[in-house]
Amino acid sequence: MSDTQKIIEIEVLRYNPESDQEPHSQVYKVPFTDDMSVLQGAQYIKDNFDGSLTYRWSCRMAICGSCGMMINGVPKLSCETFLRDYYPNRIRIEAMAHFPIEKDLVVDLSGFMEKLEAIQPYIIPKEPRTLEQGEYIQTPSQFAEFIQYTSCINCTLCYAACPQVGLNPDFIGPAAIALAHRYNMDSRDGGQAQRMELLASEDGVYNCSAVGYCSEVCPKHVDPGNAVNVNKIHAAKDYFLRFLSPKGGSK
Amino acid sequence: MKNTKIRKRSNAPIFWGLFGGGGMLAALFGPMLVFITGLAIPLGLLLPADTMSYAKMLAFAQNILGKGFIFAVIALFMWHAAHRIFHSLHEFGVHAGTGCKLLTYGVAFVSTIVAAVILLGL
Repeated sequence: MSDTQKIIEIEVLRYNPESDQEPHSQVYKVPFTDDMSVLQGAQYIKDNFDGSLTYRWSCRMAICGSCGMMINGVPKLSCETFLRDYYPNRIRIEAMAHFPIEKDLVVDLSGFMEKLEAIQPYIIPKEPRTLEQGEYIQTPSQFAEFIQYTSCINCTLCYAACPQVGLNPDFIGPAAIALAHRYNMDSRDGGQAQRMELLASEDGVYNCSAVGYCSEVCPKHVDPGNAVNVNKIHAAKDYFLRFLSPKGGSK
Repeated sequence: MKNTKIRKRSNAPIFWGLFGGGGMLAALFGPMLVFITGLAIPLGLLLPADTMSYAKMLAFAQNILGKGFIFAVIALFMWHAAHRIFHSLHEFGVHAGTGCKLLTYGVAFVSTIVAAVILLGL
């Protein structure tokens, strides 16, 4: 280590369910170079100071959505956040807000998985289609209706950002609603009525108070806040027109 | 949240609709009304001094369109405010539920009735 080696203090929220009553902070002094991400900082701690430090990661390039954490209180992907931007100040990393902590920086995503499954994030065809009918034809404008929402990588940073998810853990939440919207808007899909039951429910879109922080923290520039609020209009139409239309979604 | 759970349909569209309607009206007419009633008339700017005289205002409130305008502005503004206050309380950690709902939407409801009764009596 040369004399010019820069050292940053990383404060990590630690929690070991086998021995700790509650999470506690631990500070590590990590030598770093300008090209090191926060994730690499965590890896340095694991390799050099404490092999028990637990966190999720995979791709290191903002594709997989595994390495989300609170960095100085802001939900971010640790692989695309750089230590140099915080130096010489101390950097604080914690498990994502609004999720139960499993161990250290790893959160329990099972609640999110249930929500994701519940919105049926796949194409539900309007009617059965035979091979002879060929492929679906979609125009550029039909494609443009949903393309941005396909960029979601399920990193759940938007759940860590959403104050309403924090207040009501049953709220379906930004990413799952954005994906419901992605399939609802697809010209090949006919599952709107089935998804409406969920969107219009008490766990649905009206939990949102249009804070918009979900869209701000999204690393893939999806706009879940817009998806949620557009569906307030759809759910309101469904609410008032369900008696006129046989297609009304909810019971 | 379990997938097997039977989900109750939210009745929020009623309140959200009134909130949205009030918000739209407030955005379109709010600043103008504040300017006319709060600045222009008291300070004698732009408008004739007797624009809001009792006789003129009474005639306005007796006209069916005038009645409608006054009613919409009072009632929808109140529902808008009630909804906003109710949700702000929630965000500040006051989750009294039914109590908060009764207080906020209740005030809007009472205001709506009072406005309707008074306007119809003119």
